[in-house]
Amino acid sequence: MGSVIEVKELTKRFGNFTAVDRISFDVKEGEIFGFLGANGAGKTTAIQMLCGISKPSGGTGRVAGYDINKESERIKRNIGYMSQRFSLYEDLRVWENIRLFGGIYGLPEKMIAEKTNELLERLDFESERNTMVKSLPLGWKQKLAFSVAIFHEPKIVFLDEPTGGVDPAMRRQFWEMIYDAAERGITVFVTTHYMDEAEYCDRVSIMVDGRIDALDTPKELRRIHNAASMDEVFTRLARQAKRVE
Amino acid sequence: MKVLKFLIEKEFKQMFRNPLIANLIVFFPTMVLLVFPWTITFEVNNIRVDVVDHGKGSYARRLTDKVEASPYFILNDTPPDYETAMQAMERGEIDMIVEIPHTFDRDIVKQQSSRVGLAVNSVNGSVGLLGSNYMIQIVNDLSKELANELLHKTSHAKIQALPSLPRLTIEQRYRFNPQMDYKLFMIPGFFVIILTILCGILPALNIVLEKENGTIHQINVTPVQKAWFILAKLIPYWTIGLIAFIIAISVAYLIYGLWPAGSIFTVLFSGIVFIISVSGMGIIISNYSETLQQAAFLVIFFILIIILLSGMFTPISSMPVWAQAIASINPFTYLTSTLRMVYLNGSSLADVSTNLLMLALFSLLLNGWAVLSYKKRG
Amino acid sequence: MKQFIAFVNKEFRHIFRDRRTMLIILGIPVVQILLFGFAINTEVKDLHVALYAPSPNSFINGVTERLYQSEYFTYRAELDDPIKMEESMRKGKLDMMVLFDSKGEAVQLIINSSDPNRGSIAATYATAIIAGYQQELAGMRKMPFQIEVENRMIYNPEMKSAYMFVPGIMGLVLMLICTMMTSVSIVREKERGTMEVLLASPLKQGTMVFAKTVPYLAISLVNFASILLLSYYVLKVPIQGSLWTLTLISILYIFLSLAFGLLISTLMRNQINAVIISAILVMLPGLLLSGMIFPIENMPQILQWLSHIVPARWYIDIVRKVMIQGLGWAVIWRETTILVGMSLLLVGSSILNIKSRLE
Repeated sequence: MGSVIEVKELTKRFGNFTAVDRISFDVKEGEIFGFLGANGAGKTTAIQMLCGISKPSGGTGRVAGYDINKESERIKRNIGYMSQRFSLYEDLRVWENIRLFGGIYGLPEKMIAEKTNELLERLDFESERNTMVKSLPLGWKQKLAFSVAIFHEPKIVFLDEPTGGVDPAMRRQFWEMIYDAAERGITVFVTTHYMDEAEYCDRVSIMVDGRIDALDTPKELRRIHNAASMDEVFTRLARQAKRVE
Repeated sequence: MKVLKFLIEKEFKQMFRNPLIANLIVFFPTMVLLVFPWTITFEVNNIRVDVVDHGKGSYARRLTDKVEASPYFILNDTPPDYETAMQAMERGEIDMIVEIPHTFDRDIVKQQSSRVGLAVNSVNGSVGLLGSNYMIQIVNDLSKELANELLHKTSHAKIQALPSLPRLTIEQRYRFNPQMDYKLFMIPGFFVIILTILCGILPALNIVLEKENGTIHQINVTPVQKAWFILAKLIPYWTIGLIAFIIAISVAYLIYGLWPAGSIFTVLFSGIVFIISVSGMGIIISNYSETLQQAAFLVIFFILIIILLSGMFTPISSMPVWAQAIASINPFTYLTSTLRMVYLNGSSLADVSTNLLMLALFSLLLNGWAVLSYKKRG
Repeated sequence: MKQFIAFVNKEFRHIFRDRRTMLIILGIPVVQILLFGFAINTEVKDLHVALYAPSPNSFINGVTERLYQSEYFTYRAELDDPIKMEESMRKGKLDMMVLFDSKGEAVQLIINSSDPNRGSIAATYATAIIAGYQQELAGMRKMPFQIEVENRMIYNPEMKSAYMFVPGIMGLVLMLICTMMTSVSIVREKERGTMEVLLASPLKQGTMVFAKTVPYLAISLVNFASILLLSYYVLKVPIQGSLWTLTLISILYIFLSLAFGLLISTLMRNQINAVIISAILVMLPGLLLSGMIFPIENMPQILQWLSHIVPARWYIDIVRKVMIQGLGWAVIWRETTILVGMSLLLVGSSILNIKSRLE
């Protein structure tokens, strides 16, 4: 299996502050890659560079086969993105949001209509087709946002703290959707600070102060750090952090 | 290109879900045109005067009567002394005091001359100046009348033969606005204000709102092209601008009977080019702003400057060179002068071509800038 | 009280973090003063005039020369026939044509009156120049009879326009900034749902709203000071009356504007609407119905009545009386009472609005 993300020495500086400090890693096709770190460790900045909305200050990388320094617009064709702040249009209806993003990714009109029906059916969401997004409960919004992010069948989907603020039952449902997507061959790149979620990932990296301090399968990480859970591993590494938010 | 359809659809839906915007397009131009053209006038009348007549003679009485009869003045009162009148001025009840000395009648009969005191509230300099000029005219008129009467009465006085002047009749003719109606001059200016407020403020608040809501992120990670995204944002504002413009033109016709002396198409065409450029300015402001509040203040700041430095209220030729330079890079200036020319002077498309060319240049420049300043990647 | 101070502190930090907005807010009055002080002038000059005389004679040459010398007119010698003049006038580049008939006995002034002010001034000047030249030729006549007028311009003897517009700018700028700032910032809290939480506890409700306005009061006082300093030192407008009265009235006016912003914010659903409504309700009426540039007395009666509901009108009136005319409470109590009444009305109705929304 090939790598869909390869990153070498990726760096982002804001003035004197180095948000992301020479990180290197690979993500393999079809895997669920957990990207962990405390608040302010530089996760969001790193994701933004991978998605082509933030210019790297140094280093190289390829996402979906394209250079992150030079071919950001090509990368965008092949990825989906859902951010920690919920980001569908609140003043558009459910179907209108789906239609808009389908259209933006160049899907033909007919296909959008068919896939919208299919999606709403699968989510058991048909009754909400005409609901304004702002009146949906948070968990539902996030499920919808994830579905919209993979609506155009991207190679990779980036999820930036997708389950922030929702209840455990909803989180489980959400992870079922993630597994579902992974089974369909979509690579999932996910950040979270729920450590139980980290256990669901194929591999996990942990960022501390802009650097990647650990990268392996959850099982290996627990073994290396001689910990009972990912939570323990994380606490041990994060304690070394010098950066204060 | 196909993506444009989806984006425009989105913008229109969002815009018309806000009921304020639909109301604004109709009521804003109507209200502005109904009220504000009446507020602007350089005519000074209804100047309120107190006459303090110390002499109470018949000649003094005639001066008071003349003041009362004048269309420029309103005789407020004839108080016994200057202090009472001054208090009235301090209370803001009068604008001018005329003081007639107690020797007035006697002086006129004896010396054939006298003097009248005038005190004018000149906080507003131009009103003060005009008011005192009108009053001086009244006094001079009286002076001529009395001269004729007295010279005729005193038959022994030598009536000077008036030296003959070269005979020349002066005829004045007013073109383009023969009734000298200031409203007709201002209405095209108000069209420009309406368009600037609608098509300047609304787009300025648009992109920055997407920033505040975080939706801009979602757009930035898609492969959508900058130019299409911005164009889709602009087209709805062009549409509402055009609708508001048509409403404004109709209101001006229905209420004031004002219809362009030149071609309506020239009016519409120049309006459209202006709408395009001012919406571009709005988007630029939005691109550079971080919060909605910031964008709002920035756009108000610019609008106040471009309205004041456009020749709308005050002539550009009386501005200093640096202000004239700013006025010459102000799209507002060009539309105001174009509309006034086409409406009142009946100028043709060719007559206003330089203005239109400038407006077209601005719309290219500003919209190009609007696209370039939108950064999909930080 | 401690809580209150903490809250005010939070609001201050919130506002001062946004440097750019601060810069704009503090820059608006400075730019306005400079524009009005140095750029904007209602004086009409540089009137373009062209002359046509089919049979020139010495009299006509004399008139031409005088028009040419006048500081008001720019003589356009190159426009030497009526057709060229017509075209130039239609293009808006010529203000007046002076057409002599073939005998040199009559002259027609054809005036572009699309701007009536400009037109009438051109006519007056030209008539005066021609008539004056005739008089001059005839030799000065001695007026046989004279009533002199002793003219005194009180309050503004040099007739500077700054005396008129400085109070106007204060009225416009203070209100615009206060109203927009409060309405937008409170609606933003509403949009994010934090407002409901803060308003839910009835005891703190008033405190909370009041704390929100304190930083804007401070910024507005800075603006007030910068306007006064600029007008005093740069435009040389004296402060005749009591500075304390002026400051007190201005605080009242700022308070009123903040209350107006508060009312708008209770009525509006989102930030965009708050901006639009406060800009529209303050900017145009503040510029045109307040007596800032154009005197209210010259407007039609119905608009004079309408101007009564514009707070800026009363404030500008007071500032002129205190600052320029040097008058005191005896003549401004009526306007002050009106402003107090308006403030109470605005605060009252916004509190009622908030309450009814929560119930």
